[in-house]
Amino acid sequence: MSKKEELGKDKLIWIYTQMVRIREFEEAVKNAFIEHPGAIRGHAHLGDGAEASIVGTLSTRNPTDMVMPSYRCHGYPIVLGTPLRKMMAEIFGRKDGLCKGYGGSMHLADPANHFPGTSGIIGQSIAHATGAGLTAQVKKAGQIVYCFFGDGASKQGAFFESLNMAAVWKLPVVYVLENNQYQAYTHYSLEDANAVAGDPLSNKAAAFSIPGMTVDGTDPLAVREAVSVAAERARAGQGPSLIESKFYRLSAHGNVITVPPLPTQFPEHEAVAVYGNRAELEEWKAKDPVPKFRSRLIGDAVLTEGKAKDIEDAARAEVKDAMQFALASPMPAPEEAINYVYA
Amino acid sequence: MAREMMYGDAIAAAIIEEMQRDPNVIFYGQNMGMTERDPMLKKFGRERVRLAPISETAEIGIGIGAAMTGLRPIVELWMSEFMLVAFDQVINEAPRFHYMSGGQVKVPVVLKAGFGFCAGWAGQHSNCIYHTMMGIPGLKVVVPSTPADAKGLMTSSIRDNNPVVYLHHYMLTLDKGQVPEGEYAIPLGVADVKRLGSDVTIVATAWMVKKSLAAAERLAQEGISAEVVDPRTLAPLDVKTIVESVKKTGRLVLVDQAPRHSSAATVIAGEVAEHGFEYLRAPIKMVTAIDSSVPYSEPMENFILPNEDKIVQAVKSVLAQQTVAA
Repeated sequence: MSKKEELGKDKLIWIYTQMVRIREFEEAVKNAFIEHPGAIRGHAHLGDGAEASIVGTLSTRNPTDMVMPSYRCHGYPIVLGTPLRKMMAEIFGRKDGLCKGYGGSMHLADPANHFPGTSGIIGQSIAHATGAGLTAQVKKAGQIVYCFFGDGASKQGAFFESLNMAAVWKLPVVYVLENNQYQAYTHYSLEDANAVAGDPLSNKAAAFSIPGMTVDGTDPLAVREAVSVAAERARAGQGPSLIESKFYRLSAHGNVITVPPLPTQFPEHEAVAVYGNRAELEEWKAKDPVPKFRSRLIGDAVLTEGKAKDIEDAARAEVKDAMQFALASPMPAPEEAINYVYA
Repeated sequence: MAREMMYGDAIAAAIIEEMQRDPNVIFYGQNMGMTERDPMLKKFGRERVRLAPISETAEIGIGIGAAMTGLRPIVELWMSEFMLVAFDQVINEAPRFHYMSGGQVKVPVVLKAGFGFCAGWAGQHSNCIYHTMMGIPGLKVVVPSTPADAKGLMTSSIRDNNPVVYLHHYMLTLDKGQVPEGEYAIPLGVADVKRLGSDVTIVATAWMVKKSLAAAERLAQEGISAEVVDPRTLAPLDVKTIVESVKKTGRLVLVDQAPRHSSAATVIAGEVAEHGFEYLRAPIKMVTAIDSSVPYSEPMENFILPNEDKIVQAVKSVLAQQTVAA
């Protein structure tokens, strides 16, 4: 793909459709804490705000390329074609869930759709994605790996060790550092050396002598352009790249950590709840990637208002169906807990 | 056909044979394949034999990711303690994916490391850390005591679809024994009775098997018949074979190089107390390392470790006792 390619109308509409599907899914998960209290256990992490970054990145993907994000993992399999019914059922801990109720929100896996699995321990999955890159290289199957992780994860040793090894071995991995600006509750400017110096986080790439780039993660086409270069480099056997995709997590880190039987739901965003900075949240809400891209496509006459509404209605219906399926799915039998201890 | 081989060479033989058999098996670690003269590199090439930087978290994590996606990596970690800087990957990543994915994902990675190097390596390089790992469901832990077992268990570890921590004992590296040639696999989770006996059961692993067999030989000269059972894998643990031996002998001595509360012996004692109490004619006796770090200086190192004398003494003490009515 050349940098200045003109994307076809179908691809642009595909990008918008996937963004809307992610947003609708995440909002349904968030609402479920209110509408179905107690149905979702533990900790759920949403990707609203990341849609442009996720879909822009995956718009460069070939059909067998592998995708390995962190525990904030709902958005990616939606794009890969994992049935929303199975995803929602998993988040509800049901028998028909993607992982039969063994994993939950943080541990979605769909290897048949090139989504090998996700870790809940921050940063550790960067090493696993790098290992998937090793498989791609050894098997010479022409695959590359998209490794997604947050700004917080880039402070873990696993990040530095993995990128060093990937660079030494020239592994076909595109590292997408999703700078959503908060590591759980901590603003990235409080814990990142590059940020403290007023520099982009992609400066970390220089430590490994690999290309690094920072891109507007609220613009799927800007993300696509940057990732295309990194993906081409990986496909050509030239090794990994690091892309800082900068956007804003629109929901809090996760639902409130409560002890049963206290109910839990999503709290206010950390910007407000921790830092008292409502202006920051409002500023980024105004840059919400989903309506922003919608306006652009309508402005460019790629979409009409009616067509956009059709896409949104279809996504809403798909998510509603997934929710009904999840709620109707039975719980696993207790004794199933001892399955899958060993392969 | 069998031929005499050293324990260390038997491990290498299994790795070479499995790499010849299965192109998905790869082998990497620190200080490996540094020059083109490296024999493994010559045999299998840079794609499958790799030098890794000193980055245990990434080495193990990459092995996990590669295993999740279709390879069978063997990660050479050299010393078991080096895993401690990457213990999340060992304990809380590798054994979780098969389960958390509802059986969709397999993680056939072998983490190979030496342990128990009691030759003046002092506090940080001589330890036995298997206790923590043997209690993690989904993780297998292998501790061979002979050259033949070293080969057969490595073959099975590579073929296993689960993450396997393969711990070879440094003090056994040069020990010689008959090793079957060609394909040789010993199933994981099956104990081996290394010496038949009738008066007492001694359960020991790795280097302690050697010491227990020497103690049993000395006891035989005094007319005491000791059975020596080697679990060979600590996870899964073959409790059945151990309990059957106790059923026969009525007495149990557990020999373990680890300090008491981080030993496999504590786990085995608990299992026998629950499943074999009715057969015990005397309390279980544990011969473990003394609860201290491993000292550098030789007399102190010897002092804290189990040895033949301590094993003989423990056997005699359980034979002297008869607290349970027969």
